[in-house]
Amino acid sequence: MTAVDGISFEVDEGEIFGFLGPNGSGKSTTVRMLTGTLKPDGGTALIMGHDIGSETMKAKEMIGVVPEVSNAYIEISAKKNLMLVGELYGLPRKERVARAENLLKDFGLWDRRDGLVRGFSKGMKQRLILCMALINDPPLLFLDEPSSGLDVESKRLIEGVIREKSEGGTTVFLTTHDIEEANQLCDRVAIINRGSMAAIDRPEALKRKTSGLNYLDVSFDGATDPRALAKFCDAKEAMKMGDKIRLWADDVDEAIYCISAFASSEGLKIVSLNTLSPSLEEIFVELTKRRE
Amino acid sequence: MSMQKQLRRSVVIAKKDVWIYYSKGPVIVFGLLFPLFLLLAFTIGRNVTIDELFPGLMGMAVFFTSTAVGPAILPWEARSRTLERLVCLPVAVWAILFGDVLASFAFGLAISIVPLIVSVAMGVEVEHLLVLGVGMVLAAFCFASLSILLSAYPPTDVPATVMMLSSMVRFPLVFISGIFVPVEGLPDWARAVSSISPLTYFTDLARYSTTGESFYSIHIDLVVLALYAALFLLVSVRLHERYLPERLS
Repeated sequence: MTAVDGISFEVDEGEIFGFLGPNGSGKSTTVRMLTGTLKPDGGTALIMGHDIGSETMKAKEMIGVVPEVSNAYIEISAKKNLMLVGELYGLPRKERVARAENLLKDFGLWDRRDGLVRGFSKGMKQRLILCMALINDPPLLFLDEPSSGLDVESKRLIEGVIREKSEGGTTVFLTTHDIEEANQLCDRVAIINRGSMAAIDRPEALKRKTSGLNYLDVSFDGATDPRALAKFCDAKEAMKMGDKIRLWADDVDEAIYCISAFASSEGLKIVSLNTLSPSLEEIFVELTKRRE
Repeated sequence: MSMQKQLRRSVVIAKKDVWIYYSKGPVIVFGLLFPLFLLLAFTIGRNVTIDELFPGLMGMAVFFTSTAVGPAILPWEARSRTLERLVCLPVAVWAILFGDVLASFAFGLAISIVPLIVSVAMGVEVEHLLVLGVGMVLAAFCFASLSILLSAYPPTDVPATVMMLSSMVRFPLVFISGIFVPVEGLPDWARAVSSISPLTYFTDLARYSTTGESFYSIHIDLVVLALYAALFLLVSVRLHERYLPERLS
């Protein structure tokens, strides 16, 4: 079975790159190939200029990985986990002690540094995992669902760190199901579906590019049948949304003229009219639906 | 990346294994008592002296302690997802495995010194301590490598499955390795079978260390142990590398 087939993309240095896709689309397989966990049957991937296939160790020295499921050693303390990972990155003792201390303080774990990870909450474990990924100050950070299921405080802390790291020049490769999170954080997003790349662009550019998803919310001063409006304007769909009607249109400009004509013909007055572009979530649903 | 750097990382992996798996009270107690109980179970009621028991006791101590935890480490780490963490780090798969071998080796060697000291205190005279020492080091390393091989296939993340399969290999080995009956006392067909087991060669060395007599030459014993150690290590690295994606999936 082919999990990922012929995908190709580049991520710029310092960019926050969102990698989206439904379950089973090939996201995790792609990330595993990029982090050297899985060997692809063919193709190459360069991590900060190092081929993950032939210069695996050099490429791995450039990355920090935050997996979806916490994978710290729960039988040892937070500090020991950090020291262990630092030592496996080959950091000198003084450097890893200093970095571990700073990270534990920055992520609010200093008071629990000697406590076994077994007793940590999900948020604390996730913060520790992020510390472990940052111990070598990597130029490239892979984050897989970093704030999934976390409390607001931990989520904000992690989002803040992502922004801060990006501003400092770190490249962030963010895999997430939270489309709004991707919309808020990412410079560019890629949408993968069934092992192939469905789209890759800046979120706003994707919204503009995707036709048929623009809609208008219109409110009249009298009761109106949405189906009549849809038929009049030859729109593909109209739906009642409270006291408004939502009308989906390929051409927003034409739709505005049409709504105005409909109001005149029905003797109605337009109370409000808003044009709305689709959310990234709608783009995602549309793109992944198209390929099914 | 240099071999030296990777070897240093193997030592870090070994240190981690000791923290997490070996420095637990029940593991240490098991390592100390299990070989003794097994030996007593097969010798009580028989008229044997402590000198005669010594090679079997040392054989089982080194064998069971060096293979006690090793087979469970990788399945356990796969289950808790920590193996995926290790694989993402700049540590080669062989270096991870070698680290696991080093930890099993250190545990096996350290715990096996206890029955040696107890035996000497009870009157066993070890005439060739150097031969026994070198034999223990080689045997502990050989059995530690075997312990990692035992978890290579199937690539499961269920430690119980691996431990059950490893018991199916470990216990028969004890019965064919001259533990309870010296090799020279075995019929020809049993001698041929016992020559397959690496434990036979260590038991032979342990017998030589007290009596000055051995079935094989001590050079053969030492070389065979070293060859088995290299073979187990190479095969286990090959198999683990091959089946790692399945274990992680």
